[in-house]
Amino acid sequence: MSVGFSLRRLRALFLKETVQILRDPSTFLIAFLLPLILLILFGYGINLDSGKTRIGLVVQDDSQAALSLATTFRNNRWFDVRTARSIEQLKPLIVNDKIRGIIVIPQDFGKKTEKGETAPIQIITDGSLPNTADFIAAYAEGLRATWAADRAITRGHPELVAKAMPVQLDTRVWFNPSLTSRYFLIPGSIAIVMTMIGTLLTALVVAREWERGTMEAMMATPMQMTEFIASKILPYFTLGLGSMVLCTVLAVMVFGVPLRGSLFALFLIAATYLLPALGLGLFISSATKNQFAASQIALMTGFLPTLLLSGFLFEIPSMPKPIQWLTVIVPARYLVPPLQTVFAAGDIWSLILPNVGIMLLFGIGFFLLSFLTTRRSLD
Amino acid sequence: MERLIALIVKEFWAMVRDAKMRIVLIGLPVMQLLIFAFAVTLEVKNADIAIYDQSDGHYSSEIINRIAGSPYFRGIVRLNSYDEVRDAINRQRVIAALVIDSDFDAKRQRGTPTTVNLLLDGRRSNSAQILASYLQDIVTKAGMPVTMADREVTPGSIRRNWFNPNLSYYWFDLPCLLVLVVSVSSLAVTAQSVAREREMGTFDQLLVSPLRLPELLIGKMIPPMAISFLHGTIFLIVAQVIFGVPFTGSLLLFYLSLLIYMLALIGIGMFISAISKTQQQAFLGAFMAIVPLVVLSGFANPVENMPEWLQLLTYLDPARYFMEISLGLFLKAMPLSQVLERLWPLLLISIATLGTATWLFRARME
Amino acid sequence: MAPGNALPATGTTAVPAAIATSVCKSFGGLRALDKVDISIEPGRMTGLVGPDGAGKTTLIRILAGLMKADAGDIHVLGGAPGDDLENLGYMPQRFGLYEDLSVIQNLTLYADMRRLEGAERQESFERLLHFTDLTPFRDRLAGNLSGGMKQKLGLACALIKTPKLLLLDEPGVGVDPISRRELWSMVSGLTHQGIGVLWSTAYLDEAEKCDTVYLLNEGQLLYSGKPDGLNATVEGRTLRLSGFSGRSRPLLIRALDSDTVMDGTLQGRAIHLLMAPDKGPDDLDFLDAGQKTKIEIVPPHFEDGFIARLGGGPKGTSELAERYRTVPQDRDYAIEARKLTKRFGSFTASDAIEFKIPPGRIFGLLGPNGAGKSTTFKMLCGLLTPTEGTGSVAGYDLMTARADARAQLGYMAQKFSLYGELSVKQNLNFFAGAYGLKTAAARAAIASVVEVFELGDRLKVDAGTLPLGFKQRLALACAVLHQPPVLFLDEPTSGVDPVTRREFWMHINGLVEKGVTVLVTTHFMEEAEYCDEITLVYRAKQIATGTPDDLKALSAKLSGLADPTMEDAFIALINEHDRQEAEGPGSKAA
Repeated sequence: MSVGFSLRRLRALFLKETVQILRDPSTFLIAFLLPLILLILFGYGINLDSGKTRIGLVVQDDSQAALSLATTFRNNRWFDVRTARSIEQLKPLIVNDKIRGIIVIPQDFGKKTEKGETAPIQIITDGSLPNTADFIAAYAEGLRATWAADRAITRGHPELVAKAMPVQLDTRVWFNPSLTSRYFLIPGSIAIVMTMIGTLLTALVVAREWERGTMEAMMATPMQMTEFIASKILPYFTLGLGSMVLCTVLAVMVFGVPLRGSLFALFLIAATYLLPALGLGLFISSATKNQFAASQIALMTGFLPTLLLSGFLFEIPSMPKPIQWLTVIVPARYLVPPLQTVFAAGDIWSLILPNVGIMLLFGIGFFLLSFLTTRRSLD
Repeated sequence: MERLIALIVKEFWAMVRDAKMRIVLIGLPVMQLLIFAFAVTLEVKNADIAIYDQSDGHYSSEIINRIAGSPYFRGIVRLNSYDEVRDAINRQRVIAALVIDSDFDAKRQRGTPTTVNLLLDGRRSNSAQILASYLQDIVTKAGMPVTMADREVTPGSIRRNWFNPNLSYYWFDLPCLLVLVVSVSSLAVTAQSVAREREMGTFDQLLVSPLRLPELLIGKMIPPMAISFLHGTIFLIVAQVIFGVPFTGSLLLFYLSLLIYMLALIGIGMFISAISKTQQQAFLGAFMAIVPLVVLSGFANPVENMPEWLQLLTYLDPARYFMEISLGLFLKAMPLSQVLERLWPLLLISIATLGTATWLFRARME
Repeated sequence: MAPGNALPATGTTAVPAAIATSVCKSFGGLRALDKVDISIEPGRMTGLVGPDGAGKTTLIRILAGLMKADAGDIHVLGGAPGDDLENLGYMPQRFGLYEDLSVIQNLTLYADMRRLEGAERQESFERLLHFTDLTPFRDRLAGNLSGGMKQKLGLACALIKTPKLLLLDEPGVGVDPISRRELWSMVSGLTHQGIGVLWSTAYLDEAEKCDTVYLLNEGQLLYSGKPDGLNATVEGRTLRLSGFSGRSRPLLIRALDSDTVMDGTLQGRAIHLLMAPDKGPDDLDFLDAGQKTKIEIVPPHFEDGFIARLGGGPKGTSELAERYRTVPQDRDYAIEARKLTKRFGSFTASDAIEFKIPPGRIFGLLGPNGAGKSTTFKMLCGLLTPTEGTGSVAGYDLMTARADARAQLGYMAQKFSLYGELSVKQNLNFFAGAYGLKTAAARAAIASVVEVFELGDRLKVDAGTLPLGFKQRLALACAVLHQPPVLFLDEPTSGVDPVTRREFWMHINGLVEKGVTVLVTTHFMEEAEYCDEITLVYRAKQIATGTPDDLKALSAKLSGLADPTMEDAFIALINEHDRQEAEGPGSKAA
């Protein structure tokens, strides 16, 4: 090569890339519309901690105790109750997704309660939605136990309380006392957006240069490959951070998600993650040199693992072993915990730094790979 | 008729012979089947929990033993101070910590109400919450005769899970994944089909042939339809044979619903194809369509848990109806009348999307 | 004008700007270059000529340092290829422009790449913009420029810092004759500054104007030297027949079928023949062309020499036409355009285009890029709805019976729009079905074209991987499976070698004799010569209509040229139109 790295050429390439980004509607789509859609959907759509679940209630006993318990089920913040005379009446409703469970207060409920025996109620759940089924069972039982304890106290039988409620679980949730799921989903959607920008968009724009023949013309100028690669990284790095900022501002301002950590930590984490994301994008594009293939591979190696295997929606320890091993090589796996921590908990460096370190290593690895595959040659 | 058949045959060959399309057709579904089916579970298993037992008595040990014996928990980390507990949660070594007060056993012995403290990591609130309900179950049963300690029975209630007695998550996941897989592959194929011909210059060639627009559209619809039937059937078999998910409803109804669902989805794909100039745009368009389609379907979260206004939006999502039908036919032997209740909105959506796509094609022929 | 034998202006001894010997390069098992020697002298135009797939692009990329040769001794600007990129100008086939950047942004980018700064940079921009006439378009996006303008901008980017060696890869492809001629004079002007230019092209008329020519075919160097050196080999064997009685096409077919004639083309009402070795004007009695036939020896063209080197063109009789049905001549006009107008918003793309084509004729639509000929063409084949006016194809009105009209036409487009990922056989099956052929008929039709076009041993091959010549045959085969009475050809032979082009026109000539009507658009003036009638479209309007001879005669009057070629006529007529426009309204085109 006759001349070395030139900042002037880098600046020119950088400006060119910026103009192209500004003119391309698909960049806009990914960098601004996608975060918006994700935030709205994740902010509102996916939350298990929400409103009332519709259930059916069958009261087969007309004792005072049964009616009192039935009232407890009707008036609480978890259930929206529809009363019926028999289980048979409610069965079509449960098949038809109109209700998710049935609570049956049996015939001898009042009698047994009066005698001081345990009077079990029957909880029927819609097993086709296992999580909802568990919630209904847990909350219905909780309501019943509370009712029994209250009754024991008001009746002046405090010794029965222990029997009615053997051990109470006093649950406190750190970082997110109201258990609002958008608190952890929104950091997760930042991960998705940065992956899409870092990996997918970068893979596409580099593949486009190969496809349209502009790469060929550029390679015949004194341009250095390092300049070219740097000119691709810088704008998308900036765009990725910009999109992260947009997500954060929306999350904090619109969705009221707390940001307990420092902005410095947030930027450090996001910036480090963009390295492996961009590196992967560059590697894919120089290996395929074709937009369609690049987009599909970016989807399979970037987007899907980030969505499924990063632990943001689905718990990694719950997965089968081979898939748990697979998650070790998913860079986003090391992004999601520190990101969630910075939002919900604060700057817990003992958690942040190891993850940042691993992401850095991945970044270096992918960059080495893409430098090895991007050669100044059409062969 | 010859024209239509020729077009359909060509579409099939084009799909099968193109290496890139094979990625979409085979790579994506295989990946979805393998990784989704195993990874995509909202069940929480093998969680790590910290225990700070200040009581260290008979009752507290019983609770700990029960936790250790539960499949939901993998590692139990014994800690000896609040600081350690804080650190373990902060660093996400554990997702939850159970703190048992020093007077726990004494109180139990006296028969006074006792409390166990549970600290959860709110950064992962969903999983933490699910774990909390498991733990509630465990501590409630502590102190009861072991024979009564199975999941069906709690002291005050008898629980029965209809349609899925053991609450297997696969029984829920696979019928839903079926919907996702047929949606993703058919949408991708449809959205690409016309955009690809536009980019390669063969679209003009089609338009100057005597093929009429309806023929053209039908020809473009059949292959994604066939793919979805193939993928659907494979999933139907795999779900039953490998994952043991029962199929209790009518197969006929299943395929009828799949057909109508596909019409709606292909309409969306055609719409994207019609407005895209390049494959790139078609790809991004399909991607942008799939995200809300899936999120609003009720897969990750039951529709009834969404806020009102979002629930209204789900009525526009064809995947919502088909997911209910799929779960219903797999597990609940959903009867004809109830399937029809979900089919007519689906039919309306298909007419709307296909109609718009056709109109757009006519308008954009120029 | 060609620079002739102008001496290098640098005054240095003529050390070649690039010299390569015995260059070899294979892709897979395919030999792309086989022991090719080339030398590019400073201050000279060096032509690299050959059909698509001959290895031109590979050779240029090797010289630019973008590919490594497998073997060979290569020196570029005194070093290895790729060493001195500062002094290399390179324009790849697709010009290397960023379509989403403006003209000036493209120039700025390339200037920065070459670190051209300050006053020197301003001076260079001014000079190049002026030189390429792009000054008014400096802020237009490169993607919105016409083909000719893109090509000039590509050249300007390659010239941003005056190089010592300029490599141009097919700068003339898909560009109209005016732009091509302008580009040529720009580049040949540069040679006076001592730049060594390598100009690769499939247009043999361009090769003729080079100082030195390298003729490549299938990776092998067939000829190198001065262009007239190749012409000398056929000196005295090129004849012009005129004044004969009867139709020209059957006469040409008869001539080509004989062993006495190696090659022949139509030139309006005249015929240009290349005789076999040792044959001359006296050996043409067998043609029986009539008493008034005038046979004269004319100076050979480069193409004559090229064809002779390849062993002559195809025979005259088209097997395809022999098997074609005779199209009944039951109406006066096979294609009619009546005041066809298309407006996109406020922009008029074609304005009241009007012509009638009797059955069994070839009609040519000519015009510069962006003039409106494609729009007209698309309206007639039903791809666009006219804003005003109407037309008909084989008696079917375009407005009311589009699908019927479409069933009557065969269509073959510029890029040979076949399904690349389908096999040859699957493509044929599809097109047979798409035109509604029943199973038995389809099988027969396919068997017939497979035999005629010798596709038999390639039936299972992906159409996308066929050599260009075969793609072109397959495209024609697909277009005529249903034996349509009307054929629409959109730049049907762009990029193919002269022999394949001859073969193509042999089939078309044969089909026309069977009564098929052909509408063709082209940039190749040689193809225009095959037309019975031509209309020249410029700035959305028809500026001249007539037989090739009429147009040439008209242009002879306008330009004063004694024996104008079709290209001269094209340029003269457009210049005349521009002149009248400039003079203002009142004067009308001839």
